[in-house]
This record gives sequence, structure tokens and C-alpha cells, in this order.
Amino acid sequence: MIPRLHRLLQTARLVLLAGAVGLATVRADDAPKPWKVGAYASLTGSEATWGQSYERGSRLAIDEINAAGGVLGRPLELVIDDNRSKSGDSATIVRKLISRDKVIAVLGEVSSGRSLEAAPFCQQMRIPMISNGSNPKVTEVGDYIFRVAYIDPFQGAVMARFAREHLHITRVGLLTDTTNAYAVGLGRFFKERFMHEGGIVALEQRYSGSERDFKAQLTALRAASVDAIFVPGYYTEVGLIAVQARELGFRGPILGGDGWASPQLAELAGAALHDTYYCDNFSLESNDPVTRRFIERYRARYQVDPDSIAPLAYDAVALLADALTRAGSAQPAKLRQALATTSGFAGVSGSLTIDAKRNPQKPAYVVGFRDGQYRLVTTIAP
Amino acid sequence: MSEFLQQLLNGISLGAIYALIALGYTMVYGVLRFINFAHSDVFMVGAFVGYYLGRLLPEHTILGGITVLVGAMIACALLGMTIERLAYRPLRGAPTLNVLITAIGVSLLLEYTGQLVFGATPRTFPAIFPVAQFEVGGLVISSNQLMVIGVSIVLMVVLQLIVFRTRIGTAMRAVSLNPNAARLVGVNNDVVISFTFGLGSALAAAGGILYAINYPSIDPLMGVMPGLKAFVAAILGGIGNIPGAALGGLLLGTVETFVSGSQFSTYKDAIAFGILIIILLFRPAGLLGKFTVEKV
Repeated sequence: MIPRLHRLLQTARLVLLAGAVGLATVRADDAPKPWKVGAYASLTGSEATWGQSYERGSRLAIDEINAAGGVLGRPLELVIDDNRSKSGDSATIVRKLISRDKVIAVLGEVSSGRSLEAAPFCQQMRIPMISNGSNPKVTEVGDYIFRVAYIDPFQGAVMARFAREHLHITRVGLLTDTTNAYAVGLGRFFKERFMHEGGIVALEQRYSGSERDFKAQLTALRAASVDAIFVPGYYTEVGLIAVQARELGFRGPILGGDGWASPQLAELAGAALHDTYYCDNFSLESNDPVTRRFIERYRARYQVDPDSIAPLAYDAVALLADALTRAGSAQPAKLRQALATTSGFAGVSGSLTIDAKRNPQKPAYVVGFRDGQYRLVTTIAP
Repeated sequence: MSEFLQQLLNGISLGAIYALIALGYTMVYGVLRFINFAHSDVFMVGAFVGYYLGRLLPEHTILGGITVLVGAMIACALLGMTIERLAYRPLRGAPTLNVLITAIGVSLLLEYTGQLVFGATPRTFPAIFPVAQFEVGGLVISSNQLMVIGVSIVLMVVLQLIVFRTRIGTAMRAVSLNPNAARLVGVNNDVVISFTFGLGSALAAAGGILYAINYPSIDPLMGVMPGLKAFVAAILGGIGNIPGAALGGLLLGTVETFVSGSQFSTYKDAIAFGILIIILLFRPAGLLGKFTVEKV
């Protein structure tokens, strides 16, 4: 009888102890719950340098914000997922981020095409999305879709003006990736503006993404005796195009947009990039103190120079944190309203103001290849 | 005129690579009567072996380039023989459909193992051979294009010599003609089949290296499209027929290049495959293939 009572007491004590431990863990969980921020990016695949830079830029921003006490007393937490640079995966990933991870906002993508895949679901679920894509259609999906990159009509106009005024080009040829929403849009805006500025578009040749052989199209362009070629594509193909153009004896300038921005381009094409120019969101040679400080912190943490993707990712996080602070909560409608009224925000890629179409107004940097790397040639204000 | 010649040159150098890959398809078909779908992934592995070897050796040297080429060919010959031993030999005598599905499985295995081992990010292939350009009239010829055409011709001549002038070549033709009869007269079919796989895979590796020299961005899925094109080329020329595969490859490469250079560039695959359908309508056994009646 007595031993049994003893055992009973012991069990009771154990149960109590377990309960206390349980309470303790519950209390630890009670510490400020993080704001979950979702991101989808091309961490692997043909545009891998973008996704990886995107992750670095956004992690840097999040860690700095958290070190400074978070937003409204709660830290930010990044939930990032890989779409392998493929079309078709992004919508599924964003669906998961919103339904399962319950993120308060979605960041991404660098590619306009993949941004367009994910945007309709964010809009439908009323979750703000901040894209890097530059095709105008991305933010036209709805009032919850924002972006931190400038748009293609601006970028196309910048490069058309640069080609006419700076390089004095009259005949230009285009080589467009027809499977890429960004390339098709940018090519069209460039063409319109170039003709408007009095230039001649001699020939437009096309390819479809992930091709390797461009010699046929380049031979046709060369035969049309163009002074320069505009290639509004992504860096992997651009690198191959530059190499093959030089192999075929084309010595004129080759121009493009921010789809070129990757350290892998120089690795792939090397000397073939001589006399090539593109338009970028960011320049390492900027004198803006905010930008300079960002470059230092980025170098200190990752031991590499930031490309133009990392600062945009950083700005997307900073913009979201700023809006979250002003909104006072993550309630979607309030957060959206706060994002939409962003004005004169001191981003690391330049001061940005969100306009009525949820696009930023910011300057563009035209860079040219010199001594093994791209250097600033001129800055063009919006 | 110079544009026409330039496009012809572009087409031939692209077609030469298709031809090299097509030879592997056609040889295996000739001996085993099935399509080795993993062949295009052996092509990819060849390029990656070249990538790692090329980084160890000095760039821009003929000797280094040849070492890389031969090294990749040997590695892929071993890979091809291993695949045959492990995946196809146990199925000898099973219905062709089973082997075909196994081949698709092996293909996917190689592609996704490649993504795991090499990573899905494209790599920049080193410039293993010296590079130069020559201008003849309005025609610009790059050393890479000459290399592709030259190496392809040499390999095809060597292949022709092996098949028609050596004992093992005679044995290959015997197995292709009738495996049972070949065994009756003392041919070791397993050795012959293994050799065929090795030879075909070595050619695929050479194709992979030449492809990577011309288009220096390689990734684990790079073999899919060229493999498909080469498969079409093999059928176009008459599957099982070695000169046919070479002809089919050159024809496909040239047609593709001319369409790419026209205003219909985005339809190039549609047009190239359309031509295939038309040719097969009129010559069901391919350009050089002989139409044989199945004996019951």
C-alpha cells in the first residue's frame, strides 16, 4: 500500500514537473513573434547569380533591421524558396508562402516573366508583393503589386538616347528573346524611342530562350550592316551572343538593359565585351553616401562587390520595413496603403518615390566595359 | 553571297556536332535495335569532364585541348560501357519497349545526378584550344568552326575504318545483321555490344567538347535539345546507317541555320521538324536507309 502511494506521488511530481517545463517553453515562445517575409528567387539555374545576390541583399537588410530592434518591436524573418530559374514554379512557391507560411508580404522576382507568374495570386490574396522586374505589366496586375526597379519604357528610352547622342549610332539591329516578357517589352520600347530620335532600325532578329547558337541571326544582322546591336536579354545568352558576334567579325557596340547585370557575364564573354553598354539600377561608383555605406557593409559581410540585384533586394526589404512601421500593423490594406504612399525614401539604389502606378521614380546608370569590368559612363535622371 | 556562304559555314559547323551525336544513336540502333535516350546525357557528361580537365591544364594550347578531348572521350566510353552493363544487359531478350523505358530512366538519372553533383547553375567552359579568326573575302572563319569540322571529319573517317576494316568492326556488322547467327559463328555478342556503346559514347563526348568550345556555357540539361536534334538527324539519314547519320546531321544543322537567319527564326524547330516529316513521308526509311521487311 505504502510503496504504491509513494509511486503515485512520484508520478504526480513528474507530471507537475513536465507541466512546468511545458509552461516555460510556452513563455519562451511568447517572446516577440517575427514578421514573416516571403521571397521566391532563382537560387539555381540559368539566372542563379540573381537569386543568390537577391538572397544576400535581403538577408543583409533583415539582419540590420533586426539588430536595430526589428519593426514595431518584432524581428523580421525571411522565408526564401528557389524556383530554379524555371517558368512554372513561382506561382506554386508563392501559394505555399502565403497559405502555409502566412507571410505578410512577398519579395521577388528579378525576372519580369516569373514576377508575372506570381503576381496574380498575391493580388488575389491581398498580400503586397515587391518585384524587381522591369516590365510595366508586372505592376499592372493590381494595386497590391509594387516594384523597386525602374520600368522598361524608361530603360529603353535611356538606351535609345544613349545610342543616338553618346555613341552617334544611326542604324541599329535588334536580337530579341521572344520567350521572355522582359526582352520583348524592352526591345519594343527601345525601338520606338530610337526611331523617334531619328535612328533607323534596320533588322530585328529573334531567338527563343536557352538557345546556344546565335550565329545565324548575327550573320543576318551583320549582312544588314548595322552600326550597333541591341540585345534586351538575360546574361547567359548575352554572353554567348557577344562571343559569337565578335567571332563573326562584328566590331560595333552591343547594347542592352539591366538583364545583363551579373558577374558571370564577364566570366563568360571576357574580351568580347569590349564596346558593350547596358543600363543598370545601381553603380559601384555612385557618390551617394547611403549607397557608399551599403557597399562597405556588403563587402565586409560577403567579401564581394554587390551587383545591381543585391541593392534592389536590400531596398525591397527596407521599403517594406518602412511601410510596416508607418502602417502600425501587417494588416494587408494598411500595409498596401503605406507602401503606395512611399515618397523620397533613401534607398541604397538611389532615392525612390512610388508613383500612382506603383513604380519607383529613380535614376538610371549607363555602364560600359573597360579594363575587364563595367564602369559608369553616364547617369540619366528620370 | 557572302552572307549565304557564312550561313552555310555556320550550318555545317552546327551540323557536324549533330552528326557526331547522331552516330552514337545510329550505331546502338544498328546493333541492338533500340534508341539509347541516355546518349544525349553522355554528351553532357563529356562536356563536364572536359570542363574539369580543362581547368587543370593550361588554356589555349593544342596539346592541352587534345588531352581534354581524348580524356573526355575515354571517360565517356567507360561511362557508356558501364550503363550498358548495368542497365541494358540484364534486359537483353526483353521486349524493346522495356529497354526503351529503361533508357529514359537512365537519361533522367544522369540529368538529375548532374544537377546534384555539378549544380544547376551554368558553368563557363574554359577556352582549351587557341582561338583565332580568318577573313576570306567577306567570310569570317573562326578556328573553333574549323576545329569542329576538322575533328568531326577525322572521327567519322576513323569510325568508318573501325567498322569496315577491323575484326571488331566486322563483328559489329555481323551482330547488326543477325545476332543469333553471329553467335553461332563464334562472335561474343556481349563484347561487341559493349564496344559499340563505348565507341558511341566516346563520339558523344567529342560532340560535347566541340559544342562547349563553340557555346561555352554548360549545364546538366544542355544535352536535351542537341540530343533530340541528333536523334532526328539519325532518323533523317536512315537509322542504323552511319553515313546517313552524318548526312542527316549536316542537313538538319544547315536548314536550322538558314531558317534562324531569316525572318522566321523562332519557327526554326517547327520548320526543321516539318522537313523531317515531309522526308519521312516520301522515304520512310530515311535518306540513306534501306527499307527492310520484318521477317516473321
